[in-house]
Parts: sequence; structure tokens; C-alpha cells
Amino acid sequence: MNESRRDFLKLLGLGTVGAGVALPLLDPARWTPAASAATRPGPVAAAGRQWGMVVDVEKCMREDVRRACVEACDREHNVPRIPDPEEEVKWMWTDDYEHVFPDEVHAHTPESGRTAPVLVLCNHCTQPPCVKVCPTAATWKREEDGIVMMDMHRCIGCRYCMAACPFGARSFNWRDPRAWVERDADGKPVSDYPTRTAGVVEKCTFCAERIRVGGRPACVEAIEQVPGAEGALTFGDVNDPDSDVSRILRERNTVVRREGLGTGPNVYYILPASFPATAADGRV
Amino acid sequence: MGDRGRIALGLGVFLVLAAYPIWSGWVSPAQAERPELELAADTSGCVEDTTFMKASHQQLLNEWRTAVVRDGQRMWTSSTGREWEMSLTGTCLKCHENSANFCTRCHDYADVRPTCWSCHVVPEGEAGS
Amino acid sequence: MLQNVFHGSRRYWAVLALWTLLILVGLAAYSRQFAEGLSVTGMSRDVSWGLYIAQFTFMVGVAASAVMVVLPYYLHDYKAFGRTVILGEFLAVSAVVVCMLFVFVDMGQPRRVLNVLLHPRPNSVMFWDFMVLGGYLLLNLVIGVVTIEAERKEAPPPRWVRPLIYLSIPWAVSIHTVTAFLYSGLGARPFWMTAILAPRFLASAFAAGPSLLILLALLVRRFGGFDVGRKSIGALSTIVTYAMAINVFFVLVEMFTALYSAIPHDVHPFAYLFTGLEGHAALRPWTWVGDVLAVACAVLLLVPSVRHQERWLVPLCVGVITALWIEKGLALVITGFIPSPLGAITEYAPTAPEIAITVGVYAVGGFVLTTLYKVVLSVRERLQSA
Repeated sequence: MNESRRDFLKLLGLGTVGAGVALPLLDPARWTPAASAATRPGPVAAAGRQWGMVVDVEKCMREDVRRACVEACDREHNVPRIPDPEEEVKWMWTDDYEHVFPDEVHAHTPESGRTAPVLVLCNHCTQPPCVKVCPTAATWKREEDGIVMMDMHRCIGCRYCMAACPFGARSFNWRDPRAWVERDADGKPVSDYPTRTAGVVEKCTFCAERIRVGGRPACVEAIEQVPGAEGALTFGDVNDPDSDVSRILRERNTVVRREGLGTGPNVYYILPASFPATAADGRV
Repeated sequence: MGDRGRIALGLGVFLVLAAYPIWSGWVSPAQAERPELELAADTSGCVEDTTFMKASHQQLLNEWRTAVVRDGQRMWTSSTGREWEMSLTGTCLKCHENSANFCTRCHDYADVRPTCWSCHVVPEGEAGS
Repeated sequence: MLQNVFHGSRRYWAVLALWTLLILVGLAAYSRQFAEGLSVTGMSRDVSWGLYIAQFTFMVGVAASAVMVVLPYYLHDYKAFGRTVILGEFLAVSAVVVCMLFVFVDMGQPRRVLNVLLHPRPNSVMFWDFMVLGGYLLLNLVIGVVTIEAERKEAPPPRWVRPLIYLSIPWAVSIHTVTAFLYSGLGARPFWMTAILAPRFLASAFAAGPSLLILLALLVRRFGGFDVGRKSIGALSTIVTYAMAINVFFVLVEMFTALYSAIPHDVHPFAYLFTGLEGHAALRPWTWVGDVLAVACAVLLLVPSVRHQERWLVPLCVGVITALWIEKGLALVITGFIPSPLGAITEYAPTAPEIAITVGVYAVGGFVLTTLYKVVLSVRERLQSA
């Protein structure tokens, strides 16, 4: 190939690459802020809040309490019920005490204690490692209320956040979840909440869509329907000294999961004063 | 034929093939009909006027998505000063209830496949993802 | 220069045909994964990274290893590497292409890959990994093309390429350090969160990469009629020897800290690898084979009379690459997830589509490498016959 033809091809190649990079950058829409003067927040405009939750482990040992919470969450968000445990998607679920609080059990913890059921969910940490590692800010910590939020439109499915979360709170859609979403009598998903698609990560968002209109998380509201379950879950602003949550944090002895990692979880647990006499399967 | 002739012939064939989208419509008897849209029953007006929506509803939805999901915004003021909640299901589809007879008809005509419905709950009539 | 790619022997075309066939197999498997989602792989909620990211990690090391020929030649005027440097640089190019492809096939939403560029997040090590890999690819491509072009013209390369070459030296170290930082900053994964991970990565890279380069140089001599020279092979084998010895030492050092302290979350991953944990031992045979092989190769390589003989050097290089592939391309990534943050043990095994896609991606690397090396060989051939 003669030199001038090669130079022409090089110029063509570089020009194409240059245009490909420059043209999107020259689009004025890219540089104007999206939330312009035309938008405003809803009625529950928040600033400086940090939503938090207190879980009373003893009250939540009741199976009906936990079932109400988890089912409310699953229905509210069209969480798919995938039978294969390797591909399951769970936002809020139950795990054994020794797995949730590995630093609180020892060689003489009774079996009933080791296997005591505890509700777990995303802790909406103050220093969330998942947010730190996300390459696209598809997950981020909201400044106004401290919720660690998910943007399903931006997530590229790299699953780095899943590697970074010390609590195993995140689930990935290994396949299209639609087939496993609970349907109502007409075959529609039980909720209007978007079902997500294959290839994105999801987790509890403290029901941001409910909080936006002044509501509370579905699990907290579901507790009210269970007789005798008051106080199993308490939700509120930990930055507000007058909130129920702050009062409990002052008056009771609460712990968080894996405090030593310094992520600053905002889900607090009141540990039981004692364990049941036998485990669920009858073992002592 | 000689090189020049072959090149001219090749160029000619290429140009004819490349122009297929232009002349195929003239040649074939079957024409795609312009879609007829079932308009919303509520005629008090859309968030913006028809011309704007025809050209820019995609950008508008993208802006709403960013404002709601990422910036925590909820209400939006249109160019007429009217306030709307930024929600596809809660605002747009409240009036354009049957998306199959509205959204899908234009999308099919233009061979556009928006990926919204792979996540957002399918409204009545729209084919599943 | 590029037209050399289109003229070659029967053997050359046969090799390209083989790569193409494997690429097509990988493409077929990938189209299934693209349609159905990553459930076609063996990954799970607990083990959320698998073969793809493990291969990416291994190949970043191979890509970085080009510095082991560039540094002596350009910085210290080690003339023996004169004919080897271009082979190292083009190996780096194909390795980086393979790395980027492995990340791409691992993504849940590959259509959105540009989000990393459109919404950059400097706090994320993964963002930096994309940037440094892209930069490294460009650097080596430019350097390689310019130097081989200069050779063809039988003139010294243009002066502006020198600073680029100097830049590629710390850049090579940085790509593998950044990749190690992907893992070693995560408090959630005690098996990965060790300061020695980045040095370990570099040591294993500088053993595996030059091993591969030795094998490629010998192949090129056998089938391409081009000899890099005994001194060059000898120097490369010395590099492999000491890098491998250091790597074995680093692994033992890690094991000491974990096992002597007996802290459960440090011990459990090693227990899983060497003895199995709670009845799960899928990686145990791999671990023992890999580690015995690593030690054996390291020891044998230390004996000069052994490594100076090609009939020993070749199997030793194969052994080094195998052992380090098991360590990085299999054990490291998967064991980081075992046990899970909630103490569960979920094992992992790649599925057939996953393996097919992996083979396809490697075949892309092989294709790129073959064509780039063909250019080098053709240029050299023309110069020799002139």
C-alpha cells in the first residue's frame, strides 16, 4: 500500500474515533442539569435525614411476624420467587442467628440460639462499600435521606456491589424474573412496581417509592396487621432525636451487624435477652 | 469490458441496492398504512402539546426518569404552568390506558422497540417483553 | 504492512481457521447467554463472579508482563531482547483484548457498557481498571505498530515514541495493581483483603507472562523461521525462575498469616482449598495439583543446568502457566466467595456454555496474536532476504 493511501486511512480511522467521542460530548443536553427549574420534590421533601430501622429480634422470632414482613415486601416490589436457591432474589429474609451475628456466638451458645431466626435486609450503611465500588453510580447513597438507592436503568450488571457487600444483601437477576413474579387473578403482577429484567442487581430500598409520598416501608406497615407484634420493627429518622428510632437507640442496648467493618449500618437489632428452650426442629 | 466498465457496473449495482429503502415503496403494491391512534378519553390535554410530544416524548420520559429515580424529584411543571406527577404508569397511562391501540401502533409503524416494558409492568394490551 | 496478514502459508491459514471455528462456537454460546441471561453460567447469588472474571484476572497479568522485556531493553539497553520486545508488546495487545472481552461477556447488561464512560465514577476501582486497560491497549498498539514499521523501513523509530515506551513501563505495573485493588480493598472478602495481593499478582504475572512468551518465541522459531536468540530465551527463563520463586514465597507467607493466627474467617478459605470445608471440596484436587506443580517447577527452574535445556524449559513453562492459571484463573476468584458473608458455602462449577464462551474469547486473542505475529514475521522475513 502506498504511503499516501495509508495516511488517508489513518486519518479516516482517527477522524471516525474522534467524531465518535466528540459528538456525544458536544450535545448540549448532556451539560444541562436534568432536574431543572421545572421539577420539584414531592410533599415529603427531606434534607439531612437518615432513615433507619430497629429490629426487635425476639419479637421477630415469631414465624407469623416474619412471614408478614417478607410477603409484604415481596408483593410490594414484585420480587420473584425463584425456586433454585442459587438464583434466588431476596430483599428481606430470615437467616440463622449464628450467620447474622457471627461475633455474638461462641462454643457454648445453645443450638436454639445458633438457629434462632433473624430478619435481614439491606442495612443502608452510612459508608456503604457497594456505593464505593459501583463504576456507574447505579447505586448511590441519597443525600436527602440516606437511602442507598438503586437505578435499574443504569446498572450494567457487573456485580461488583455484590462482591463488596459484607451482608450479602444484594441479588442479581440471572434470568428474566417475570415468570416467577406473583400474579393476581387477571394474570397481572400483583404490584405496579417495575419487575426488573435479566442482568441487573436489586435490593431493599427502604420502600423509597412509598416514602416519597409520605408512607412507610411495606414491612413496617405489615407488622401492624399482626396482632401482638407492635414494636417488632420500628422505622424512623436516626438523625431526628425525637423519632421513635432514636428513642429506642438511646434507651435500649442495640447492636448492628459486623460493626467492626466500619460501614455504619442503619439497621439496628435489639438482641433477645434469652433464647427459646429448643430450636425450631426440637434440638436444644 | 475493461476495468472502468466493471467499476461502473459494480458502482451502479451498489447504488441500486443501497437505495432500496427509497424505491421499494414505489414498486411494491402493499403500503404500510399510517397508524390510527385511539386517543385518550380525557381531552383536558396531555402534559405538552401534540407537536412537542410527537418529537420529544422520548427525551421527556428520559428526563422524568432521571429526575424521579436519581434526583428524588416528583412534580413537574409543564410549559403551560400546569403541574403533573412525573410517572409513566401514574400520569401518561392514566389517560392513554390502552397502550396497544396508542403506543404500540406508532412504535410498530416506525419499527421502534422501547425496552421499557421489559421491567415496567405491562399495561393493558401491550405485548410482553 | 497490514497486507502481510492476507498472504501466508497453508499452516497459517489453518491456524486462523481453527481460531475462527472456536470463535464461532463461542459466539453461538454467547448468543444464548445474551438471550437468556447469565443463568446459563454456573454463577450464583453467593458466587457472583466465576470463570470470566477469573480469566480476566489471569490475562491482565499476562498483559502486564510485557514490561519484563520492555524495561530491560529500553531502560537498560539490554540488547539481547532486541528481537523479543515486539513479540512481548503484541502479546500484551492480544492479552488486553481478551481481558476486555471477558469483562464484556460477564456483564449482565452489555448494551449498557458505555455507562462506564458516560457516568464516570473515580471512587470505583473498576472504573479505573477500564481506563488503564484501555490506555494500555492503545499504548502497546501504537508502540508496537510504530516500532515494527520503523524496522521495516530499516530506520530508527521516531523520537516521540520513546516517552510512550517509558510510560508503558509504570503503566504495565499499574494495570495489574489496579486489578488487584479490585479485590484487596473489600472488607467483605477476607480471602482477598490482603496487602500482599498486588505484589502476588505482579509476581505471578511476571512468571506466567514470560513463560508464555518463551513458548511463543520457540513456536515462532519453529514455524516462522525467526529466532529471538538463545540469550533472550535464557534471560526470559531467569525472569520466570525468580518471579516464580517469589510467587511461591508470597503464597507461603499468606498461608502463614492466615493459619498461624487461626482466625476463622482467614482460615476457612484456605481450609476450603486444601482440605474442603463442611463436606465441600470441589477445588481441593485443583489446589493440590496446582501447588505441587508450582513448587516443583519453581525448584527445578532454579537449577541452571535444567532451565538452560530447552527440552526441560518447555514443560517447565507449561507447568508454570498451568499452576498459575489454577491459582489465579480458578482458585482466587471463586474462593473469595466461600464462605458467603452469611457463612453459607455454595460451590461453583462452570457450565458448558460458559466454557464455550471462554474458549471463544481466548480464540479471539489467538486470532489477534496470530495476525500481529504474522506481520512481524513477514517484515523480518523480507528484511532477511533483502
